[in-house]
Amino acid sequence: MTMVYLTRKAEFAASHYYHNPEFTPEQNRAIFGKCNNPNGHGHNYTLEVTVKGSVDPKSGFVVDLKQLKDVMNREVLDAMDHRFLNKEVPEFATRIPTTENLAVAIWQRLAPKLKAAQLHRIRVYETPDLFVDFYGEA
Amino acid sequence: MKAYLTRRYLFSASHRLHSSAMPDEWNRETYGKCNNPHGHGHNYQLEVTVSGPVDSKTGMVCNLVDLDGFVHNEIVERFGHQNLNMLPEFATEVPTTENLCVAIYEILRRGFRHAHLEKVRMEETMMNSFAYAGGAELRD
Repeated sequence: MTMVYLTRKAEFAASHYYHNPEFTPEQNRAIFGKCNNPNGHGHNYTLEVTVKGSVDPKSGFVVDLKQLKDVMNREVLDAMDHRFLNKEVPEFATRIPTTENLAVAIWQRLAPKLKAAQLHRIRVYETPDLFVDFYGEA
Repeated sequence: MKAYLTRRYLFSASHRLHSSAMPDEWNRETYGKCNNPHGHGHNYQLEVTVSGPVDSKTGMVCNLVDLDGFVHNEIVERFGHQNLNMLPEFATEVPTTENLCVAIYEILRRGFRHAHLEKVRMEETMMNSFAYAGGAELRD
């Protein structure tokens, strides 16, 4: 089977801070350091969404890139771009918006919406030097 | 000791996404701007990944002179500054980057003998890329 992987990138900017209400203020500061500042700080995130599938013999596409872009815009960028993740994105009301949890949340938002191709990997760069990969594994 | 080597190459080419087997309206709906009859072009970034044991004498998986020579002669010279739709590979296939990726993988698989071919990856633009490993599962 002609299995091809397709990756689409997008960029968004958002703010967050790291804080676990189960920890004491000292523990939060010790574990999360500068990221514990309750007023938040921001990043320019780069998101890479990789889907896999066989090449459609009629169109030559694995997936229509425009549809993929539209789903990414609707499910991820509209919800997260220029937002304070802790306060404005429901997943992070109870989960700390680390890059790990961000990758998992983006997977969970996109996986049910992709029809033609199968979601393979979510990669989120918090900075050019730091990224997380999530393959949907338990 | 097995290692993986990846080399990047750049070539520019034009294409038009159009399937002559399908009605014009389907083509316009499916391909949008890419169906413009006069075509358009990209700077394609090609990444070829090969693997093999590190040779104890040379310290190499593969001599880059061999890889560069093959890719230059068989791929860059063949596809660079061409209209992809005019090439025999795309006489019946639509020259999407998916199909281009598979075509380039097949050229390497059939002809390159100096190391094991792992993967071909292509960036059509800065925002999208495609990878093909002959049907194998990728984990990178």
